[in-house]
Amino acid sequence: MTDSNLLLEARGIGKAFLGIPALDNVDFTLGRGEIHALLGENGAGKSTLIKILTGVYSRDRGTLHLDGAEVTPASVADAQKLGIGTVYQEVNLLENLTVAENLYLGRQPTRFGMIDKREMRRRSQALLSRYGLDIDVDALLSSYSVAIRQIIAIARAVDLSGKVLVLDEPTASLDSNEVETLFAVLRRLRDEGLGIVIITHFLNQVYAVADRVTVLRNGCLVGTRDLADLPRLELISMMLGRELQHITRDHHAPEETPVTDGEAPIRFEGYGKRGSVAPFDLSVRPGEVVGIAGLLGSGRSETAFLMFGIDRADSGTATIDGKPISLTSPERAIAHGFGFCPEERKTDGIIGDFSVADNIALALQARQGWAKPISAKDKQALAEGFIKSLDIRPASTEKPIKLLSGGNQQKAILARWLATGPRLLILDEPTRGIDIGAHAEILKMIERLCAEGMSLVVISSELEELTAVAHRVIVLSDRRHVAELVGKQVTTDNILQAFASREEAA
Amino acid sequence: MIHTRNLPFITTLGIFVLAYILCVTQYPNMLSTRVIGNLLTDNAFLGIAAVGMTFVILSGGIDLSIGSVIAFTSVFVAVVIGSLGVHPLVAFAAVLVISTIFGSAMGAMIRYLGIPPFVVTLAGMFLARGAAYLISTQSVPIAHPVIDAIQGFYFRVPGGGRLTALALLMLLVFLVGAFIAARTRFGANIYAIGGNQQSAELMGVPVGPTTIGIYALSGFLSGLAGIAYTLYTSSGYSLATVGVELDAIAAVVIGGTLLTGGVGLVAGTFIGIMIQGLIQTYIVFDGTLSSWWTKIVIGILLFVFIVLQRGIIWYSDRRLAEARLKEV
Repeated sequence: MTDSNLLLEARGIGKAFLGIPALDNVDFTLGRGEIHALLGENGAGKSTLIKILTGVYSRDRGTLHLDGAEVTPASVADAQKLGIGTVYQEVNLLENLTVAENLYLGRQPTRFGMIDKREMRRRSQALLSRYGLDIDVDALLSSYSVAIRQIIAIARAVDLSGKVLVLDEPTASLDSNEVETLFAVLRRLRDEGLGIVIITHFLNQVYAVADRVTVLRNGCLVGTRDLADLPRLELISMMLGRELQHITRDHHAPEETPVTDGEAPIRFEGYGKRGSVAPFDLSVRPGEVVGIAGLLGSGRSETAFLMFGIDRADSGTATIDGKPISLTSPERAIAHGFGFCPEERKTDGIIGDFSVADNIALALQARQGWAKPISAKDKQALAEGFIKSLDIRPASTEKPIKLLSGGNQQKAILARWLATGPRLLILDEPTRGIDIGAHAEILKMIERLCAEGMSLVVISSELEELTAVAHRVIVLSDRRHVAELVGKQVTTDNILQAFASREEAA
Repeated sequence: MIHTRNLPFITTLGIFVLAYILCVTQYPNMLSTRVIGNLLTDNAFLGIAAVGMTFVILSGGIDLSIGSVIAFTSVFVAVVIGSLGVHPLVAFAAVLVISTIFGSAMGAMIRYLGIPPFVVTLAGMFLARGAAYLISTQSVPIAHPVIDAIQGFYFRVPGGGRLTALALLMLLVFLVGAFIAARTRFGANIYAIGGNQQSAELMGVPVGPTTIGIYALSGFLSGLAGIAYTLYTSSGYSLATVGVELDAIAAVVIGGTLLTGGVGLVAGTFIGIMIQGLIQTYIVFDGTLSSWWTKIVIGILLFVFIVLQRGIIWYSDRRLAEARLKEV
């Protein structure tokens, strides 16, 4: 890149929190008309770097030049004024305001000191039409889908800042069509000369949209490369800092498939709830992983809610070892030896301000009953054991769990259920928002638990993940169980066909 | 186009009109400018305070100090005018400065010390009430030519009704309040903070100054409400207006403002006040009902509105979920 093309230049950036370095001597450059991917495992320092660029944190060391002039953004508003705009993963717009109000919050056009609503509406429409959006700008933001909100957020950020656009995992909650729409917008902005920084976990998307990539690991710079001549495997090893091991298997060898005939001890028959999931049959044997596949809104999570007693079934029976059981609350389900890791880890899984040890001991405590508290010593020993065996980092029992990265939080939640020695563990999207390294470890762990004889139900939107771990896959469509694939039938193609066949039948 | 967010307001308006029609069919005399004039005058101080509360609740906060500040203001004004012989307008100006500073201080504590509004304004409530007791525990009557002039001032409207200075002041406060909420950046920032403070901050809303501004405004309006109360009763009394902040909250919520913040209209609060006033007027006309029926009806209305708000949230969530299903 020629110097004249250089838009943003960060040199030797360092930042420490309470003496622990989060970023150490990191260089980062961004050119005009470039889409630059920022990659790294969780805890690599991506967020810290982004927050320094966008004025959330101040840097301890290093220089930051924008358009050749040294800048030190003191706040988000300050960074915006300088020309650096950000769009976060959790779309940072306000659902209680209209689209136009969101676009012009803080910079409303005024006439005689009053907000000129007509002008605001006109400008909003003009602005969004440049992004190919023709929507009612007076409607509440909450009436639009996440994808449209994402584009509105980008429109606002670009309009405000105009030089650098930072996107923090913009595609995490979008489907593939929506991702394509978003990328078309990004490419157009790039062609208009904007510098774009994008953080994502999806390597396909990095190759689809980005020009260059910078990889961080443990707060240090690994390197910046052109994506055109960077093989995928090399990129992955840059991120992981080691050669990729054999972590997934695409097809099951026949001998790995457990006996599929014979009585399964945990059975759900005709189990369902009106308006949630149509009655289904599901049985799980010890040492078996049952996958649940389905598109968004197909009733994946709802199935888990029923099985774990979060929702009450209005038809069917559940039996363990031939004895009928009633699953009217999660408490009952835990008593029967069930465990459940929910999809929304941050809101439904962890208790952020509790320590890692407290979070791990939670389910065991619930099972014992609150009258018999687990002693501090036992809790400590329990937590230390799991931190070691699951490789939870940082290896501290006392740290509030919210300070851990996503992958490590997920491991701690797994530990919570493993502590109860469950018969059946239900995992809803166990690898969502987790970096590649932790992803592989979680898959490995599923295989290990299964080998130890536990029954597992894994819900996932990543089909490769299901084909890698599941012995059987149940396919959901339109809130109905439409197919069951066993053993060798478990392939991504078959799952997709099961989705498709249902569409045709409907 | 009717936004779902304006549905509570429209419901409130409907309930008010319906209730008024019911009252009039029973007591035709209630349909007179005289009744309406009195309704406005009698509720002027509560209405002024409720405008401040509207802004506070819109931002997702709460201000429990309002009743105490009104009491403090009335005692302060009465004593300063009566015992010290200060000119009423000077006394008014002084007390408005004090109550505004008091509100700003609470806002600053909420913002910069990160203490929940409930706790800060609870402390403010005790502080202002204590300060009022300190000045005087007696009911202090006031008499001054200027005050008499203000009390005696009114416009006669057709039908014999009187639009008093207090009623005009309240209407003016509502108009200015509605303007601030709908047409100024400060107002837009309040809605933004009430929607999601973190997002608002990331979008560059000056959360600190806005929060201080909100509580300063509430403090100022409490002071103004105190002045209105003093003029209304011609006295200052430190034990007065206990729990007025709760009446104000009730008016705001009945007016359709979401207690969680971010959604609501100043005009709704006006209707909320009018509904409370209407119930009181009905009880006066009836003559046999206990005045506690006011509280009972307000209680029922509050329940209805809280359930209605939940219902709207549930309904819009479901619609969104259905829209999402269709997209898939």
